[in-house]
Amino acid sequence: MAEPMYALSGVLKRYGHKTAVLVERLDICRGEVLALVGPSGAGKSTLLRLLNFLEPPTSGHVDFDGARFDAETPMALAQRRRVTTVFQRPALLRMSVRDNVAYGLRLRGEAGAGSRAADALRQVGLQDLARSGAATLSGGEAQRVALARALAIAPEVLLLDEPTANLDPANVRLIEAAVLEHRRARGCACVWVTHNLAQARRVADRVALMLEGQLVEVAPAAEFFSAPKDPRTAAFVGGEMVW
Amino acid sequence: MQDLINALGAAIRLLVSFDPVLWGIIGVSMRMSLTALAISSIVGIPLGVWMGLRPRRPRWLTALLYTGMGVPPVVLGLLVYVFLSRSGVVGSLNLEWIPLLFTVEAMIIAQTLRAFPMVVALTLSSVLAVDAAVRLQVRALGATEFQLGVAVLREARSGVVVAMVGGFAALISEVGAVMLVGGNVAGQTRVLTTAIVLETGQGNFDRALALGFVVLVLAFAGNLLLARLQTSSHG
Repeated sequence: MAEPMYALSGVLKRYGHKTAVLVERLDICRGEVLALVGPSGAGKSTLLRLLNFLEPPTSGHVDFDGARFDAETPMALAQRRRVTTVFQRPALLRMSVRDNVAYGLRLRGEAGAGSRAADALRQVGLQDLARSGAATLSGGEAQRVALARALAIAPEVLLLDEPTANLDPANVRLIEAAVLEHRRARGCACVWVTHNLAQARRVADRVALMLEGQLVEVAPAAEFFSAPKDPRTAAFVGGEMVW
Repeated sequence: MQDLINALGAAIRLLVSFDPVLWGIIGVSMRMSLTALAISSIVGIPLGVWMGLRPRRPRWLTALLYTGMGVPPVVLGLLVYVFLSRSGVVGSLNLEWIPLLFTVEAMIIAQTLRAFPMVVALTLSSVLAVDAAVRLQVRALGATEFQLGVAVLREARSGVVVAMVGGFAALISEVGAVMLVGGNVAGQTRVLTTAIVLETGQGNFDRALALGFVVLVLAFAGNLLLARLQTSSHG
């Protein structure tokens, strides 16, 4: 197994008295795709925000590439910039498609933002729309632009929060292909939140089931679907409601 | 109706003939309004963005802003008058850089107090209207807090433009505060609105209406600029 990109230990995230996430132990390796499944409200999106360092855990530790994350240190921004998230809603800015895609690079002051944005747009098949306004795009196109924006900064970790929910099959296929190609070319780690078990089976090396903020089972994809160890995983895979 | 037509003709004649008195009054009005607006915007827009990005805003500060928007300008003028007068808290210090009453600088202070809460409050509401998903996405792309503020301000720019143009319209049409602290001194602190009051009082309705048309033209120009900026900001 490759070296861990993340090592989470005793990570707790609470909002008031409500526990959103409690992960005793989770390693995520460089180059792997981990699918995170579970019912709505299970804490999957909260976990992604913790992994993107957008929120600090209430307690516990997130080690990132061997270094402990601490939001108060000068290193925090550099660590956060090695990770990015594609959310369910594309949240494009009011600017052209090309400027949207180049945005993350410009935040970092990196040279060649325009040409790298053009490359990223080619990866998602939208090079012809570079000059269009973001507001003119269809839902599928907007989500592909959001993915291109994430790929342009060549993240070491790509977090995907249901990016293909509400998209047609052609756009789903395009997004899956672009992510997997990027993973192959760059060796980045991906954590992919999805409600689509068939998608998890297609894209993931490992699958994790999350219930009530806790990881019930984390297993290689084949094993997760064909021989789950936990009865709740078996029920979830079988299409039953689990809590 | 005939009076209005005559006034319109008079207004055009005064403008195109470069009547020095009228253009002097327009100059003072514009200097006062634009300076007050610039000060309010330079301080108020970043403050509005900062407040909008804070997870918890002090309610008293928001309430103070909205109260500031509702204070009658003449009351603001009175406060500035009391502070700047020879026996006032500030005026009695006799410092060289503190403006005297009945100067354009004193009028600018009163007008800044008038525009500042409006610019801050409207900027704040525009920032709060920016989709929370956009803020989260910008941070997820690696923005610093400053870069996040710039991005949110860019997204909220239509509302900020409204704040500035609304502020300008309020300032150019203000009369009570500038009358109090400016004193309507001919050639020095006389502005369009105080000149209208004076001309009306003297029975020069043609001239008062002509000045009124100039105020309307300036307000229209401001709104035209607003429409143009709002159209271009949707790109």
